[in-house]
This record gives sequence, C-alpha cells and structure tokens, in this order.
Amino acid sequence: MQFKEVLPLESGASLGSYELAYETYGQLNESRSNAILICHALNASHHVAGEYLGQSNSKGWWDNMIGPGKPVDTNRFFVIGVNNLGSCFGSTGPMQINPATQKPYGADFPVVTVQDWVDAQEKLVTRLGIENLLAVMGGSLGGMQVLAWSMRYPKRLKHAIVIASAPNLTAENIAFNEVARRAIVTDPDFHGGHFYEHGVIPKRGLRIARMIGHITYLSDDVMNTRFGRQLRRASDLSDPDATQAQNYLYSTLDVEFQIESYLRYQGDKFAEYFDANTYLLITRALDYFDPAKNFGGNLSEAMRCIEAKFLVISFTTDWRFSPQRSQELVKALLDNHCQVSYVNIDAPHGHDAFLLEDPQYMSVVKSYFKHL
Amino acid sequence: MSQKRLEILGELIPKGSRVLDLGCGDGSFLKYLQTSRQCFGYGIELDDANVASCIERGVNVLQLNLEEGLKLFENQSFDVVLQMDTLQHLRNAETMLKETARVGKMGLVTFPNFAHWPNRLSVLKGRMPVTKHLPYEWYDTPNIRVATFNDFQELAQKNNLRVSKAFGLVGERPISIFANLLASTAVFTLTSTLSTGEN
Repeated sequence: MQFKEVLPLESGASLGSYELAYETYGQLNESRSNAILICHALNASHHVAGEYLGQSNSKGWWDNMIGPGKPVDTNRFFVIGVNNLGSCFGSTGPMQINPATQKPYGADFPVVTVQDWVDAQEKLVTRLGIENLLAVMGGSLGGMQVLAWSMRYPKRLKHAIVIASAPNLTAENIAFNEVARRAIVTDPDFHGGHFYEHGVIPKRGLRIARMIGHITYLSDDVMNTRFGRQLRRASDLSDPDATQAQNYLYSTLDVEFQIESYLRYQGDKFAEYFDANTYLLITRALDYFDPAKNFGGNLSEAMRCIEAKFLVISFTTDWRFSPQRSQELVKALLDNHCQVSYVNIDAPHGHDAFLLEDPQYMSVVKSYFKHL
Repeated sequence: MSQKRLEILGELIPKGSRVLDLGCGDGSFLKYLQTSRQCFGYGIELDDANVASCIERGVNVLQLNLEEGLKLFENQSFDVVLQMDTLQHLRNAETMLKETARVGKMGLVTFPNFAHWPNRLSVLKGRMPVTKHLPYEWYDTPNIRVATFNDFQELAQKNNLRVSKAFGLVGERPISIFANLLASTAVFTLTSTLSTGEN
C-alpha cells in the first residue's frame, strides 16, 4: 500500500512517501472488530502464514501459529501481516530508489525505530478501515512493537500478546548486535552501504552476522543434543573414507565439526536473501528501543497509559530475551493494575522456541484467543 | 473445589477486592471470586497444566515459583492474599506468610489440619496417616509442611498476621469448637499488622 503523506520519524528525519507490503488472512467481520496485527522480528516479513500458490517452500514464518483451526484461527480472526519500513521484503527500504537521488537509498535510508514502525503500521490499519484492533501480537523484536502499540495507541488495541521479548536490550545484547554490524560494515564489498551500485553484496559480513545471531537464538543444550562434538565427515555417508571419518583432519581451515557446517549453511542461506543495510537498520532499532528512557528509566511510569489486556510469554532456556526480562514487563503491568497473564514455557530451544511448535505454548495461545 | 466450599470461603472475601491467589491451581476459586464477588485479581501457579486451565477459564495467571518470593509485588498492593492449600507445599512457608502480610491487607489461609482425629489415630497406631485429605504416603507426599490448627495460630502472629477468624471444615461444614481435633481443613482469615500499623 502506497502512502503519500510524510511520515515524521523519531530521529527528527522524515520519509516523504513510502510503501508498506502487507498480507491479510481471514475475513474482517461487519463490525470490524476481529482484526489482529502480527509484528515481525529481525529477519521475517509480512508473509506470516500460508503458502503462495504453486510455490512449495514458501510457508509463512508463523504458519504453525496462524491459520484455519490454528491457535490464531483465521476462520474467526482477520489477521494482518505487515513488513516494516527499512526491511527488504517489499516495504520501502534501503534497496529501493530514493526519490531525491534516483538511486537506491543504501546507507542514506533514515534510521527507523520501533516507534516509527508502529506509527506506519497505524496508518496501514487505519487505511484498512480498522479503528480498533482486537489484538497486536509479536515475538522478540515483534513483541517490542506490541509494547510500543500499547503505549502509543493505548485505545486502539484490546489485547497485547508479547512473546520472548524485553522492555529494552541489555549491554550483552547490544554487544551481539554490534559484532554482527561490524562484520557487515568491514566487509570490503560493503562500500559504505552503497554496494548496490558496485554490483556486489557484502555476503561475508552477512554470513558472519547471521552465524553469531544464530548462536544466540539457540540454547547450549539444544546445540549439544543436535550437534554435540559430531564431526562433519562422520555424518557424510557418501564419504568413501567413512572408516577414517572419526579422525580429526588437523586443519584450521576445513569444516571439521558438524556445528560449523550448520552455521555456515545458515550464514550462506541468509546472505542470499537478506539485505545488509536492512540488517544494520533493524539491529539498531532493537538497540534503541527503550520506552522507559523518557521516564527516568522507570518502566512502570512509562506504562501508566496502558489499557490493553496482556499475555506475556517467555521460554525457560531463552538467554537472549530471558524470562527475567519478561518479568520486568509483568511487574510494570502489575504496578499499573493492568490485566496480565504470564506464562514461562519450559522449552529447550532457547530464543528460537517462539517460532517452534511446543504443545504447552500452542495450547496457551489457543486458549487465550478463545476468549477474545 | 465443591460449590459449597467455594461459597463458604468466598463469603470471607469482601466484594470487589483486589485478590492475589498464591498457588491458584486451575483458577476455579479466582473465577468464582470474579463472577460472584466482583473481585479483580491474579493467580500465581507453577504447574503447566494448571496454568493452561487458568488461561482457559479467562483468569489472570502468572507462572512464577513461589519459592522465589513475591518480589514482583509491591507492599500492601492487594486487599486479600490467598493461600488455599498452598502452605503445605512450600519449603519457605514462613517467608511466604511474611510476604502475605507485606503484600496484602488481609490473608486467607487454608491447609489440611494434621491434628484431625483420623490422623492422630493413625500416628497412635505407629503409622503416618494416609487419608482422604492427606492421600499420600510419607515418602511421596508433596505436603512437605504438615501443621495443626493450633500450630498455625502461633506462626501467623510471629509473622505480622493477626488472626481475625479461625474455623475448621468438616467436609463442607464449618465448625469452630474443637476444630483442632475435628476439622480436616483449617481456615484462617488474617489481618496484616503492617496495614493496621500494629506491631
């Protein structure tokens, strides 16, 4: 959807006109009261559920959660997936042409924040003719957008579902983002963010960024269960030296362990489809998010205006967005006498758990949505 | 909990109270308080199945471990703090009573009365009791703190809680005379002396 009006940004800059890519699932009812907005995290898009016709392997990123008969049942609800500004999946972002220069924005794309995303989402929702959202839901960075919605447009949503998220990033978390950004920025193919015109992509940087990110999305336990100290050649059945496969290669450059092979694969895959400038922008948006900042660090004060009813979910093995961070949110909601339920899911998968199928997780969300 | 018991215990909670239910189980009492006594509240529960039941019932539930205390809750932020058959499962039973007095203006505590006569009889015969109300063997019981009606009165006072009502339940029948002997369940309503300024 095209927007001609200027969008003022938190930084003081603005976007003259912009496009937002979105998808909807299910039917908006007559009273327009069954709309649910889904906010995406770092590397996802507006394509949250279902498959594109004739394209296998095009399943939406939250397809296990959203669809007919699923926890967020599209037979009952009108679900909206929206791609955020600065992303690389259709909404206005660094890969698109800057009307001022007639060249791709690249590094000149303005820094966007969670608040800016939510402001743009609000324009989309309004344009779709929806005054009040039944719920806004998201995990990780998506959960931060849900929080921002509940504070910025407290009267426009009835329910806020915040999953595996936090009221801001810790120093350690920012540090991980910074390592990823440095990997991209120091790639010789980055060209100060204007690599499009050089016909190259800083793939090395993107790969490393993804590798470090991926490590932080898993738990130590799940990595050990899946890979342990397994050697790559031992699992490669086509290797004629299968009998030798348990011996080390004594090489610093070859892929020796299975975990290395897995991370490289994830890195390669990511570098094929993700934009380097988008990665920088989105990790920065994560770093900057801190609604308590304007209230002297007092989150309870910041959340005083909240009217929505909350469901907060964390995962026991998530160390990137730990249960303690979710409990900070819960505390601020309790201080404001808000309606809130909090569930700490005992899942082994670390931060990634919010995208995976877990019976308790799915059943809790399903039960919650039954009451909406 | 039977309907009769919901009503007897519900009567003890002032209408429209802000309630915190420690160890709220499947949320049925909280639900009853919301619908029949216009209360607003939250339950705290650790067990996955119970948490799911609360959400299913539309009751606010917080999946937290009571052994870690009530650090998310401010002083005197609730009208009533409930501990319905919770006390006997807690390693930090005494701390939790202190926390009840800190967070709530009033407390409602129920627990199985270990001095109930069938239990006494069993102990007299030299065996730990296994009854309808304490159905576990000594080695697998989740009831790690067994107390009697009289024991509790003493402990409550020590932890900033003044007993305002004390009675027993024999099945669904409240009794106040010889409760320590006759009651299977002990029921106490308590006033936090921190809220009244007493010491």
